[in-house]
Amino acid sequence: MIIGGFQDSKLSNSQTDMIEVKNIDKSFDGNQVLKNISAVFEDGKTNMIIGASGSGKTVLMKSIIGLHRIDNGRIEYDGRNLPDMRMKEIRILRREVGMLFQGSALFDSLSVLENVMYPLEMFSPVSKEEMEIRARFCLKHVNLEEQSFKLPPSEISGGMQKRVAIARAIALQPKYLFCDEPNSGLDPKTSLIIDRLIHDITVEFNITTIINSHDMNSVMEIGENIIFINKGEKAWEGTKEDIFHADSEELNNFVFASELYKKVKIAHQ
Amino acid sequence: MNIFQDAGKYVLLMKRVLVFPDRWRMFFRQFPKELEKLGLQSLPIVIIISVFIGAIMTIQTKLNTENPLLPAYSTGLVTRDTLLLEFSSTILCLILAGKIGSNIASEIGTMRITEQIDALEIMGVNSANYLILPKIIAFVVMVPFLVIFSMAVGLIGGYFVGVFTNIITTADYLLGIQYAFIPYYVFYSLVKSLVFAFLISSVAAYYGYYANGGALDVGKASTNAVVNSSILILFFNLLITNLMLN
Ligand SMILES: Nc1ncnc2c1ncn2[C@@H]1O[C@H](COP(=O)(O)OP(=O)(O)OP(=O)(O)O)[C@@H](O)[C@H]1O
Ligand SMILES: [Mg+2]
Repeated sequence: MIIGGFQDSKLSNSQTDMIEVKNIDKSFDGNQVLKNISAVFEDGKTNMIIGASGSGKTVLMKSIIGLHRIDNGRIEYDGRNLPDMRMKEIRILRREVGMLFQGSALFDSLSVLENVMYPLEMFSPVSKEEMEIRARFCLKHVNLEEQSFKLPPSEISGGMQKRVAIARAIALQPKYLFCDEPNSGLDPKTSLIIDRLIHDITVEFNITTIINSHDMNSVMEIGENIIFINKGEKAWEGTKEDIFHADSEELNNFVFASELYKKVKIAHQ
Repeated sequence: MNIFQDAGKYVLLMKRVLVFPDRWRMFFRQFPKELEKLGLQSLPIVIIISVFIGAIMTIQTKLNTENPLLPAYSTGLVTRDTLLLEFSSTILCLILAGKIGSNIASEIGTMRITEQIDALEIMGVNSANYLILPKIIAFVVMVPFLVIFSMAVGLIGGYFVGVFTNIITTADYLLGIQYAFIPYYVFYSLVKSLVFAFLISSVAAYYGYYANGGALDVGKASTNAVVNSSILILFFNLLITNLMLN
């Protein structure tokens, strides 16, 4: 039963919710965007996909969840291959997925509260009152104030929209959480709050989280398992500590583009 | 993209649209909104256009057929039959294709480019069915009323000519619009309008649903929706007329 809080049955769940991506290719009209990418995304961790703008992060993320159909390769959710699933099975799998889109993607015909209630109304058997309690719980969890609940998304700030989108993504207690650039367009302080929020939710509820980012601050803050995409190819993987000792030239060009991180690197050595 | 690919993609989309909703509750929450937006909100334009066309047709018919040999009822009769056969179905739907088609295509197109459709899909919702079916059904349900309304208002427009000018007498006009009335014409018009309503709403939804890029592409999608549904209306008009009036 879902009331205010999260179900705790999931925590005792022994099966792993890893996602394994094996040798995937994806092209649009002859333009190959993803080239032979393999990776493992572990549960209870904030897995990060980093790379420059246009390197293919969004396409990779949308391919993993099947919004884009890949050309070759396997995408395994706990051993089940997504490209082999039928639409019905994919829909069922997706009920366990929450996603935060690059532009928030809130439904503009619904209020903030209705946006968070939407997935509940679609898929959970509980009464309207319980849904509202649950939605309010999620909104409070992302530090949103009561007075914004009845507003349409267009009347709240970008940072608040992101938080509403996170609340919507976690409303159905997902096993998998996908975040496409959760802090693009936010000031450094709000970015940090959002990053920590995602990280805390991941650990608290043992979610398999994948985050797209090109923001080095986020990487240093919450990156646990990082893959670096360069022009559609995986050019490096490791942890945030490894970054300072990486010998990948592309990665170094990406990470140490700013003076600040050059200094951090020197301090590290 | 060529016309066959478009047609194929359209058919595949309709296969996803024309199924029973996962959640009837959500369907019935959207449906009344669409009835209002696509039906009721079209009434003002239907009234304005129909009353003017009814009046203008009466005046022109009368002036262009100035012949003592023609019976007094001919003007009213021509006005009525033109309204019943073509204006209140085909021409009205062409006008509505502009209003409704661009509205549907831009609404769905905006949801596409702002990733709202992806968000629905991620939740495991059949977005095509959820977004498009209420629109198609609402418009198909409303269109017969709009057509009947347009016929009535058009006839009243013609009557105003008799009242406010001395081009035709109200007596002649009233005689004409009642003379040799064929109810089948109304049925024929309603059948056409149902087909047109389906075309307008589904074609517009198709262009919106597959919009990709930015705001400019939403504009393109709604232009495509209006142009192509208009062409289809004309084509199906010919087809149905052949089937039903021959
Ligand atoms: N639907 C599509 N059709 C055709 N090409 C696409 C499509 N989506 C993405 N691409 C191409 O794929 C490449 C990678 O795009 P993607 O959006 O994944 O980049 P990104 O790494 O997310 O960049 P950013 O950080 O700016 O969001 C781009 O060159 C883009 O033009
Ligand atoms: Mg992106």
